[in-house]
Amino acid sequence: MVDASTRQKLFGTPETNFLNCTKGWKSWAFTLDHKRIGIMYLIGVTIALFLAGVFALVLRSHLFTFDSKMLTDDMYNQMFTLHGAVMVFSFIIPSIPAALGNIVLPMMLGAKDVAFPRMNLASFYLWIIGTGCLLAAILSGKGLDTGWTFYTPYSIDTNTGVIYATFGAFILGFSSIFTGLNFLVTVNTMRAKNQGWFKLPLFVWSLYATAIIQVLATPVLGITLLMLIAEKTLHIGIFDPKYGGDPVLFQHFFWFYSHPAVYIMILPAMGVISELISVYSQKRIFGYSFIAFSSVAIALLGFLVWGHHMFTSGQSLVVTLIFSAITFTVAIPSAVKVFNWLATLYKGSILLNTPMCYALSFIFLFGIGGLTGLFLGALSTDIHLHDTYFVVAHFHFVMVGGTLTALLGGVFHWWPKIWGRMYNDFLGRVGCFLVFSGFNLTFFPQFVMGSRGMPRRYASYDPEFQIFHQLSTVGAFVLGLGILLSFVVLVYSALRGPRCSSNPFRAASLEWQSSSPPDFHNFIHTPVLTDPYDFETQVYDEELDTYIPREFANPDKVAPRKEPVHH
Amino acid sequence: MNWQLPLMLAQTDSSRLEELRERTEAISMQGTTVPDSSLVREGTSNPFATEYWFPTQASSFAGEVDFLYMAVFWISLIFFVAIVGAMVYFCVKYRRKDGVIAPEPSSSHNTAIEILWSVLPSIILVWIFYVGAETWFEMRIPKENAEEIQVTAKQFGWLFTYEDGDQTNELHLVRDKPVRLIMQSEDVLHSFFVAAFRQKMDIVPGRYTYAYFEPIKDGVYRLSCNEYCGTGHSKMKTACIVHVSEEDRKNNTKWIEAEKTPFENGQRIYQIHCSGCHKVNGEAATGPALNLIWGENEKMIDGTTELVDEDYVLSSIWYPEKHIVEGYGPVSKMNSFKGILDQKDVDYVIAYLKELKNTSGDAK
Repeated sequence: MVDASTRQKLFGTPETNFLNCTKGWKSWAFTLDHKRIGIMYLIGVTIALFLAGVFALVLRSHLFTFDSKMLTDDMYNQMFTLHGAVMVFSFIIPSIPAALGNIVLPMMLGAKDVAFPRMNLASFYLWIIGTGCLLAAILSGKGLDTGWTFYTPYSIDTNTGVIYATFGAFILGFSSIFTGLNFLVTVNTMRAKNQGWFKLPLFVWSLYATAIIQVLATPVLGITLLMLIAEKTLHIGIFDPKYGGDPVLFQHFFWFYSHPAVYIMILPAMGVISELISVYSQKRIFGYSFIAFSSVAIALLGFLVWGHHMFTSGQSLVVTLIFSAITFTVAIPSAVKVFNWLATLYKGSILLNTPMCYALSFIFLFGIGGLTGLFLGALSTDIHLHDTYFVVAHFHFVMVGGTLTALLGGVFHWWPKIWGRMYNDFLGRVGCFLVFSGFNLTFFPQFVMGSRGMPRRYASYDPEFQIFHQLSTVGAFVLGLGILLSFVVLVYSALRGPRCSSNPFRAASLEWQSSSPPDFHNFIHTPVLTDPYDFETQVYDEELDTYIPREFANPDKVAPRKEPVHH
Repeated sequence: MNWQLPLMLAQTDSSRLEELRERTEAISMQGTTVPDSSLVREGTSNPFATEYWFPTQASSFAGEVDFLYMAVFWISLIFFVAIVGAMVYFCVKYRRKDGVIAPEPSSSHNTAIEILWSVLPSIILVWIFYVGAETWFEMRIPKENAEEIQVTAKQFGWLFTYEDGDQTNELHLVRDKPVRLIMQSEDVLHSFFVAAFRQKMDIVPGRYTYAYFEPIKDGVYRLSCNEYCGTGHSKMKTACIVHVSEEDRKNNTKWIEAEKTPFENGQRIYQIHCSGCHKVNGEAATGPALNLIWGENEKMIDGTTELVDEDYVLSSIWYPEKHIVEGYGPVSKMNSFKGILDQKDVDYVIAYLKELKNTSGDAK
């Protein structure tokens, strides 16, 4: 039990916090603080998102008419390549783990920082260098036209900046490995006292599963890209049939990383959604252990399904059959998560604020993304749909409808914690609505086009597809507008938003026991270990207008706890 | 059903066909649009109908592919409506009322329901996998007596070579006659795709890939490259014309006629490059005799057996050390012919080997 002044000190608006404790650009550039590194990552990935988003809008504008002359074929090919490469390597892969995870994960463990703060900063600088190399392909005047997959032998034949770009992706791989390694060690060694694995928030479980993939799969991509560079410059004869190499071998290597990479993108997003659904329903997450182990199951099974990108590549019949079968097994843990989220909503106390709207639209969009995966996992239908717009729509539903939606939801959720200021909820929800509707308008028509046989990566197309392309282009601009509005709402709130309390949403995970914004060392006191999904542990404090752990509250003013029901 | 275009073709109106063919050839060469008679379908505004999602079913297995697609479509729709329906219902029913933040206590764990919603979808998934694999075997395993057509893809066009050596830039097929495409690329990856047939296969440089199907409806269909191959990828389209009969195809196709048959070309290559070491009368020499090997399983020195097919012949000529037949080891005595014989030459050698096998077989 503590007195009012201690409560004020611990949970009130702090005078010094991690944002203002030191000043000047050097205090940011050389910071070892995970929160500042997380914010720099957030700024970095936002720039990458805008850049790659502009590429997307340019190519969607080009596709407005079937015989458009806006871009030449070469320019179009460069545009979709850069859109894909920047989005995948510089935006989606680092987005949730390196930006949000960096800020939140150590605090969820009650720790002061990650295990290796210098490695954390190095990861960010590698991200800058890697992204720089990727963009050097444009600045060198050569561009890049291989598609983000760098398939051989075209990537060996082309004169565009493949070496710049692959070297960039190689370096970005190290950035990703550093983050993953850091998280693995942090979660293993720096949990709060008595914080067992089953007292961790599910976001931590998902980041842990992600980190396993980052550490195990990324080196394969690194060495593959180096071999590609060696093949291009020295003709070692591994991927290029001209020198006795095998182009399909490159596809195997590439997807051995890039399929697990899909789970690097979606697992953290699922973790965010587990947090949001529970907090904004004020209900213990349903089936905690099933959600936790489904993350691990997805991470492990994700290593065994890469061949489903290659059903038409000429790989053997037996191998293809096995890959199809294993692919279906991944569907189960994903479905289990969705069902558990729904069960969490049941009899909850649901607050439809901005983060929750994003969480609900995640369920909607990921539902479509996941279910359309069934069409692609089945062999006969995949042969028809492979490399058509159906695939384009499917993975955008997962990566944008899934990861980007969860990122925005997570950013809105933790934004008041990071800045100590509240966002405009109405405008936030308008942004969410624009993102949701714009996204559906962009990508739903692409399922129809794909089924009717519209191949992807086509600079011009047959007239019968024009109406669907036009809907898609209009949708892309609505989506862009929604992201822009959300960006404005967030930036305005960080700078000018009304002050907010330490725990305005009655969340129970440990990061909410810090002040908003948190102290440089995260917590002034040692946080009281609470069950992250037991919201009865948090009680309202009238003086501070916030929720604080029961242990710190004034016992005279606290209602007795309602005991949760266990069946 | 409104099969206007195919019906017109079915009446073997040769002038109409000629006109269509010329039109498709003229524009496909410019790389723009190829008219596709598989798009003429009825009831296309109903998104719950197969016709809404797919072009005409012009191959023997297209109907099965569409069946699975629609089955998964309905399964997905039911699950999706249930999930989103429950979500919306809960959000309305259990939305936070003013001032009451804590919900009534309720269960947060139920092993029985977890097992139920893991096992039930699993059963459905097994069914989808099974049906998908069943049709796919049909799509990937060749039919007996299929016509063999060589497909050569290059940036950014197509060349089709028929059994007698004649060539076209469009693919000309005969209704109800199964085809086996033997495909090769002169440069980078390409992919053969005809949506009306639901068939697709990558074309990989340095090896042969195959595609099988049986066209069951005559018409003009779009054939496009489906694997990104560079600048003109989106222009790499041509027409696939399914004729009603062999005679119809013979008379209504503008052939690029071959001076020699593939067999004759192959025989010449054999005489120049191979005859020093390989006999065609069944006798072993420096290398094994070639007259009876096509389509056989040959025993290698490492104890494995290899089927003598297109890929085997190609890799034996380009990389002789890869497969050494039992009795001819321990190292290959043959030099690589890579750089001397290109894949087209190997096609001729294959044609020669096939013919040798046929005639030798008859002699027996």
